[in-house]
Amino acid sequence: MASNKKYWKSVEELNENSSIVETLRNNEFVEPIPVDEFLGDKESLSSSSTTRRDFLKYVGFSTAAASLAACEGPVVKSIPYVVQPEEIIPGVADYYATTMADGFDFANILIKTREGRPIKVENNNLEGAKTGANARVHASVLSLYDSLRLKNPKIAGKDATWADVNTKVKASLEDAKAKGGNVVVLTNTMASPSTDALIASLVAKYPTTKHVVYDAVSESNALDAFQAVYGVRALANYDFSKANTIVSVGADFLGDWQGGGFDAGYAQGRIPKNGMMSKHIQIESNMSLAGANADVRIPMTVAQQKQALADLYYAVVSGAQPKNAQIAKVASQLKDAKNKGVVVTGLDDVNAQLVVLAINNALQSEAFNPSDAILTRKGDAKAVSQLVADMKAGKVHTLIMSGVNPAYTLANSKEFVAALKSVKLSVSFSMKEDETSSLTTIAAAAPHYLESWGDVAITRSNYSIMQPTIRPLFNTKQFQDALLTWTDNTVAYYDFLKSFSATSLAGKSWNQAVHDGFVASVASPLTAASADYASAASALAQAKSSNFDLVLYSKVGMGDGQQANNPWLQEFPDPITRVSWDNYVTISKADAEKGGFKNWNVANGGLNGSYATIKVGNATLENVPVIIQPGQAKGTLGLAFGYGKKAALKEEMQVGVNAYALYANLNSNQSATITVADGEHEFACVQLQKTLMGRGDIVKETTLEVFNTKDAKEWNPIPMVSLDHKPTAATEVDLWDSFDRSTGHHFNLSIDLNACTGCGACVIACHAENNVPVVGKSEVRRSRDMHWLRIDRYYSSENTFAGDIELKEGTSGLMNSIDTFSGMEDPSENPQVAFQPVMCQHCNHAPCETVCPVAATSHGREGQNHMAYNRCVGTRYCANNCPYKVRRFNWFLYNKNSEFDYHMNDDLGRMVLNPDVNVRSRGVMEKCSMCIQMTQAVKLKAKREGRLVGKDEFQTACSAACTSGAMKFGDVNDETSDVAKLLEDERMYHLLEHIGTKPNVFYHVKVRNDK
Amino acid sequence: MKKVGNHKSFSKIFFSLAFMLTFSLTAFSQDAAKGKEIFNTNCAACHKLDAKATGPALRGVADKYDKEWIYKWVKNSGDLIKSGDAQAVKVFEENNKVPMTAFPQLSNEDIDNILAYTSEPAPAAAAPVAGAPVAGKDGVTESGVSNNVILGVLTLVMAMLIVMLFLVYNMLTKIADAKGLEIVKKNRSLMGLFNAYAKNQFLVLVSAILFLLVSAYFAYGYLMQIGVDQGYEPVQPIHYSHRIHAGDNGIDCKYCHSSARVSKNSGIPSLNVCMNCHKNISEVAETTATEEHSKAFYDKQIAALYEAVGWDKSLQKYTGKTKPVKWVRVHNLPDHVYFNHSQHVTVAGVECQTCHGPVQEMEIMKQHAPLTMGWCINCHRETNVKVEDNAYYKKIHEELSKKYGVSQLTAAQMGGLECGKCHY
Repeated sequence: MASNKKYWKSVEELNENSSIVETLRNNEFVEPIPVDEFLGDKESLSSSSTTRRDFLKYVGFSTAAASLAACEGPVVKSIPYVVQPEEIIPGVADYYATTMADGFDFANILIKTREGRPIKVENNNLEGAKTGANARVHASVLSLYDSLRLKNPKIAGKDATWADVNTKVKASLEDAKAKGGNVVVLTNTMASPSTDALIASLVAKYPTTKHVVYDAVSESNALDAFQAVYGVRALANYDFSKANTIVSVGADFLGDWQGGGFDAGYAQGRIPKNGMMSKHIQIESNMSLAGANADVRIPMTVAQQKQALADLYYAVVSGAQPKNAQIAKVASQLKDAKNKGVVVTGLDDVNAQLVVLAINNALQSEAFNPSDAILTRKGDAKAVSQLVADMKAGKVHTLIMSGVNPAYTLANSKEFVAALKSVKLSVSFSMKEDETSSLTTIAAAAPHYLESWGDVAITRSNYSIMQPTIRPLFNTKQFQDALLTWTDNTVAYYDFLKSFSATSLAGKSWNQAVHDGFVASVASPLTAASADYASAASALAQAKSSNFDLVLYSKVGMGDGQQANNPWLQEFPDPITRVSWDNYVTISKADAEKGGFKNWNVANGGLNGSYATIKVGNATLENVPVIIQPGQAKGTLGLAFGYGKKAALKEEMQVGVNAYALYANLNSNQSATITVADGEHEFACVQLQKTLMGRGDIVKETTLEVFNTKDAKEWNPIPMVSLDHKPTAATEVDLWDSFDRSTGHHFNLSIDLNACTGCGACVIACHAENNVPVVGKSEVRRSRDMHWLRIDRYYSSENTFAGDIELKEGTSGLMNSIDTFSGMEDPSENPQVAFQPVMCQHCNHAPCETVCPVAATSHGREGQNHMAYNRCVGTRYCANNCPYKVRRFNWFLYNKNSEFDYHMNDDLGRMVLNPDVNVRSRGVMEKCSMCIQMTQAVKLKAKREGRLVGKDEFQTACSAACTSGAMKFGDVNDETSDVAKLLEDERMYHLLEHIGTKPNVFYHVKVRNDK
Repeated sequence: MKKVGNHKSFSKIFFSLAFMLTFSLTAFSQDAAKGKEIFNTNCAACHKLDAKATGPALRGVADKYDKEWIYKWVKNSGDLIKSGDAQAVKVFEENNKVPMTAFPQLSNEDIDNILAYTSEPAPAAAAPVAGAPVAGKDGVTESGVSNNVILGVLTLVMAMLIVMLFLVYNMLTKIADAKGLEIVKKNRSLMGLFNAYAKNQFLVLVSAILFLLVSAYFAYGYLMQIGVDQGYEPVQPIHYSHRIHAGDNGIDCKYCHSSARVSKNSGIPSLNVCMNCHKNISEVAETTATEEHSKAFYDKQIAALYEAVGWDKSLQKYTGKTKPVKWVRVHNLPDHVYFNHSQHVTVAGVECQTCHGPVQEMEIMKQHAPLTMGWCINCHRETNVKVEDNAYYKKIHEELSKKYGVSQLTAAQMGGLECGKCHY
């Protein structure tokens, strides 16, 4: 077919005079290929020992050899122990009780070890243990295998021996003693009585020594207040299970507030029992985890919060009526609750902390327990700033640091770094060659807590033992051992600890204490001294609003940032914003519009946002990504600690901005200004859909009043479908024949939406148990995250979810619907929040199973939906057909692949892998297996012992990690099990029940106490 | 483990040896045979006749020490040492200060018998060798001869037949020649044959189909054996003979592979388990040697063990210098399969040999089973679940067997074919 069309290959052809076009018409390449260079020299070509025939022979031979070699199986070596330790049986896990204490997180835990390798953290469920292992505690086992750990002590940047280090330090200490120079021991809160004793003996030997405690994230004001009233530098303890009215003013007590660990008690009171549940009122500026769980949430700036707290104080103490109607209601509820009420505050202000103690004492609150005070924060902000001043003035001769990184965590870190030069000898005990230890004279390699001995007093009634679960991986030494050496003590720290602890074991033997991991006693009562509460309250009442209140906080995932090189924690999506691999400033929608800050989605589904520049005093933080946060109080900003680290961090982990730069005077409430900066930031956000759009059957909710007074059919209706044109309950219609599941085990997982606080400990526990790979920021951004268990977070677009449903029901007509529904995509300014953990629902009639062309996914009689990875050919039909979107595809090979340089790419990091679970390869689908390796192990144990499986013996990683009791796993065919009872509960419902998948995971309707 | 009959009747040899010796040594007044019995039950754990073990070698001990002193020493050496007896202290110190168990139950007569036994002269090296070939010839050589004879006779018969046929052919040709008959020789060129074949389309088609089918069969066979290492018998760093340990000596498999009872791994025994016995067995008996492997060869393997575990034979002490043995793993299951030994060994009571074959006859361990999924599944289909005396199975077996209408459930009916039971 003739055509007049002219086709052109490049822009050059448009220029008729181009020489290139002319050349190309005749030659294939513009420039001649330099063949002469290698073929031109005839002599060298002919004299080559490799002829063309030889070449072909070589090619043929190597191809044949390669293909033959591929047929050979690899030779696997097995190296048994020479002398096998008695307690180790290859293939059987051992559990050791120990205590995590890294200065920020403290918990009594169990460590699961396999062939001598710690591979997982479990809760210590003995009565009296201080549990509350959060996501970071669960992830801490991976930090043990951090490839960037300090492997040797270093002097002036060069590897040295411990003998050299000790000689050098001792010489410096002697020199200081002789010259009267000051020695400062700067540590984090170790809460270790034996270490305190060792430091005291160092002070006795070198009298110019001073001990300064420095918490990166300080509770100094709360400590000062408690000390003023009770005479002990500690924090008041709270048992929220004993409260029925909880008022929190800026305290994220389900997060890291005052050391955290309150969720178990809180959740206990949140499950409606006999028509009662606690009422939780949260007054705050950032949307915190506690705020997201609150029944009533009142967003306020810091100044407003202070005034509200003063009002509450006056209302409780003198009966004065607060002017603000909302606060007045709170005050009256609090007064009605009497000793069942409790007030907590996270305001970083000594007056606020004093007033809270006064209110709780006035209420005689049962939940308030000052006697069993928390000892895990001791930091003294004033002493730290004094230290920097002294260093600047050249008054510090020797500086010994342990567990701190002031060059990163101090707001005035530049001053600190400069002043460090005037210190004659500086030592830093650290696991990393971080910002500080790379500058000190001596970088002393410290062991991980899983390689250390120790004792920890978490509260006044607790004495915990830390025991090593693995030999030190590197040439490290504990700070305590060094202290013993420096004080001319020849005993090892272990022996010292053993004799030291004898008085604290309350009748338990040493072996028993090590076995249990802790000793619980009764704390001696503390009595409140009188303090000037009235002037504290009046100071609060006069609080003035600033330009923007910046509230610095710590994220559930990152904490104070010492585990920043932990890929599990980096990939952990924040429970509230659902953003991973980042920190960001949160701002309210109104302020964002005013200031010109935007969030938007781009074509590949990724979330982008503006940058901001934040100024606090003289400090400026640039290129801070902005997230518009529903529920953020107008006039406030939130920013998380722990990011923006650079030293001893893999490149992929160097994300976010350093919020410590704005942490002036270690106060988390700052006055700031914010301006738009150029550029756009790419977030890795795993959930872009913010609201439920009125789909009340996904997260079912009701109010306590309705729950108590109405029939379950009204607040937990069974969805109806049409059968023969008659409405029929969805549970009664079925396309498929059902298996008989009455015999044997039938596993179900129960999730109580009332108890779930969204803390995410289960997400990390699942990661650790199931060898879930880390995919990195850019892959998460492409929605290719691999988490088997996600915790969906939904905001209401009206003020309440009930309002959403009403709005949706009331909508009719096409145009009306379009307007309404597009409006419903945006969350409200102060929305209700709901969390919903979603993993594979293990449907009895699973849509994924029917579409798999190779039967790689199939159903087990015990209720689990099996996934045979090696059978999977990667069509991804199953993921498309899954209504819950819980299947994850391995787009790449995530292990032994330098493109994904996380723990699975180095030998050390791979030590954390669970040997009972397959490491998946590229191109296969994976998903929650309901921890079949754990249920199988329990069954096998019972079979071996010839007995029935015990009550609630079955567990999954998530249910075992859940301290709030939201997740309960078990066999519903065993009538005595918890889960069988929960299945019969009238709050029970299945997710998307109307599609008839008959899941083995069920939820409990969330009840809100919104009176 | 199955009870295994002794491979080479060891006991027989021993008895004959003992018998021989008894007769040859009746000149002694004490009963050396009785002495041997007592020696084996009481002393052999720590003493050998000719080599140092935990205690010193005992041959000729009666010549070294006074008999009365020996009585005292055997009955309670501790008291003797405490009393400060110079000789006793010397002996104690010479032997690494390992106290000897007291034997107050032995009478003087018993001790005399032991001494009689230990005073026997060392048997000439020829004696046991003379005994061994008897057993050997009984088994191996006889059958070898008969086979060879039969083969030889057959060959001879064949050769005779060929010769006879050739002779007959020659004869016939000669007769034909003599009668003047002409033998027509057909021109049978290969080309002609091929042309004829190529013209026959049917034959070509059939042979092509046949060729394809046969090659498909072989290709399938080849592909199916990839990754199947049945018969894999790698050379190990120490020539460890299961035949000697599990076969000849009848040691229970689970003595060494103890974790098979409780763990998913059967466990390669750690070297301290070997030393439980080999602390005292530093060399093999002459009778252990086979035609293939000499005594010196086996002794070298024990020496290799000592080197690995760091045991100084002469000092009877651990040196602390260890060299872990890098065994070559024989049974390699792919990573995507979960297999648990304890489920099969302890719960189901499956014999080790069911999967691992006649290990007690294997000189070197080899993979007996194909270890393919089909092989696993077949067994699960055919094997009944062992439910007796197991409270776990009681209820579920009752209900399921009623449902399936069988008296005994197979592993498959119990759910042993579900993918997720082995793949996770």
